[in-house]
Amino acid sequence: MNYLWAFLIGGAICAVGQLFIDLTKLTPARILTGYVVAGVVLSAVGLYAPLAEFAGAGASVPLLGFGHLLAKGVRTAVAEKGAIGILTGGLTAASAGITASLVCGVVCSLVGKSHDQN
Amino acid sequence: MKMTAQEYARRVQKAGPHSPLLADCLWAFCVGGGICLLGEGLRQQFLRQGADAETAGTLTSCTLILLSAVLTTLGWYQKLAAKAGAGSLVPITGFANAVVSAAIEFKAEGRVPGTGAKIFLIAGPVIVYGTLAAVVYGAVLWLLGASIL
Amino acid sequence: MTERRGDTLLFHTPPVIAAQAAVGGKKESDGPLAAGFDELTTDNWLGQCSWEAAEKQLQLRAARLCLQKAALPAERVDLALAGDLQAQCTASGYALRELGVPFAGLFGACSTMAEALALGAALCSSGAAQNLLAMTSSHFCAAERQFRTPLSYGAVRTPTAQWTATAAGCCLLRPAGQGVGIAAATLGRVQDYNIKDINNMGAAMAPAAAATLLHYLADTHAELRDFDCIYTGDLGLVGSQMLRELLAAEGLLLKNHADCGCLLYDAEEQRVKSGGSGAGCCAAVLCAHILPKLLRRGSRRVLFIATGALMSQTTFLQKESIPAVAHLVELTAPEKES
Repeated sequence: MNYLWAFLIGGAICAVGQLFIDLTKLTPARILTGYVVAGVVLSAVGLYAPLAEFAGAGASVPLLGFGHLLAKGVRTAVAEKGAIGILTGGLTAASAGITASLVCGVVCSLVGKSHDQN
Repeated sequence: MKMTAQEYARRVQKAGPHSPLLADCLWAFCVGGGICLLGEGLRQQFLRQGADAETAGTLTSCTLILLSAVLTTLGWYQKLAAKAGAGSLVPITGFANAVVSAAIEFKAEGRVPGTGAKIFLIAGPVIVYGTLAAVVYGAVLWLLGASIL
Repeated sequence: MTERRGDTLLFHTPPVIAAQAAVGGKKESDGPLAAGFDELTTDNWLGQCSWEAAEKQLQLRAARLCLQKAALPAERVDLALAGDLQAQCTASGYALRELGVPFAGLFGACSTMAEALALGAALCSSGAAQNLLAMTSSHFCAAERQFRTPLSYGAVRTPTAQWTATAAGCCLLRPAGQGVGIAAATLGRVQDYNIKDINNMGAAMAPAAAATLLHYLADTHAELRDFDCIYTGDLGLVGSQMLRELLAAEGLLLKNHADCGCLLYDAEEQRVKSGGSGAGCCAAVLCAHILPKLLRRGSRRVLFIATGALMSQTTFLQKESIPAVAHLVELTAPEKES
């Protein structure tokens, strides 16, 4: 069942993104930014944690999940360390994803070459 | 000319071919769902190997990022995205695609001013505003802290 | 002898296009006009190590082929009027560095080819040049990385978006002689109908095409039916429809119209959305299709109206609307088939 919900919830989140692309003039960059901020907000009001529990990767893999991760991080850090957690919590939680992307980016730029789309 | 700008704008709105909404959403749903399904498969595997939930989640993200980086380098991710739209944009693999494609594209302008600076071209705003939102949330939590904690 | 009537220059002894050459890339090789190109490549790098250098190479190949067809050494060229789509027109600058002829750079975005022909014809007919090159280029990959997103990024293309052609076209102009004549030219006024959608350039540029065409018709008292075809440069499917609607509002029925952006590709088959665009698009269509047809006398008198959108990435982000310009040249078939 985990798998089915991961597929359905993850797919639905992406389909909503597609609606934004097709029906509004929002650029992909704005949609992605909006998704992450929305993830933080949804997590803050307590809606995202139950979804993540229920849909697993279906909720954590889309960028909403990235926002949820940031919010969860800051929540834990503030609870544990107080005010300084406001500054450290978010990026600490997201550090693995960001670092992995940056490392992959630089390594791939050593071996990869710009690809013609024609 | 006789046609006013307002009238012209109205006609442009009408003239534009519209995206095949249903087909686009179906593609986005299936590909996006598929990537999440793959993520869930990986997560279950990491959990079976004894990782705790948080570590399993982190490992899942990193594996998907690596996969996306490889596909981007081969030029296949863009081909998938041409069909999948938001289905390949919204998952974490789309974030990795943004970072890796910029790193590769701008290496022609040098390691530091090219790859180094422009690696954040698309992913930068996501990190900036995500972090900002988290800080605002953290500050609110801390201010409310006395009563909640 | 040049007569000025309104915005239009009438060349009573029409300067001629003595030779022309078109060079295209991979997608252009698969398009319906492939047979008309002088050179096609399936490798869009053209042996270079950057996309910018590849575009320079496209333009250089077009210039060399054109000179070769005219059997003219580069030393005898008096002036090259060239432009392209890169910022600061570097493809032209670097191409002309290798060609070594006097060079005046032009920027009119996708309208540059008509601008070069109009100015070139005026210079030839005034005696300022005996052999003049007019050329432009664009390269999909160079444009994409400069103005949109990295090539390997999975960006989404809207249905109104156009596909930058990987192509270059070059014409050799002379004051008189054998070849397609340039009978008149109208340099356009900038039009802005408050379109802000960077993915719908056709709609932003259609008013410019309509305005220039109306000026030309008013200045010369010609009618639409006097022409075998009215070619517009790079309005695409959406822009072409808007042009027809704008002219219909003026009481003109535009039937004999073809758009270079729609001719270069099979929009459906080649997945280019609204059609081709880019400074090289209409230049290549001119050199690979329009001029050969006139030379065969398959058509006798045509209008070539190239349109350009004059915004930049910066003004777009500052939420400015997109101003556009269109330049027109009237082309006539030679007396005898050549």
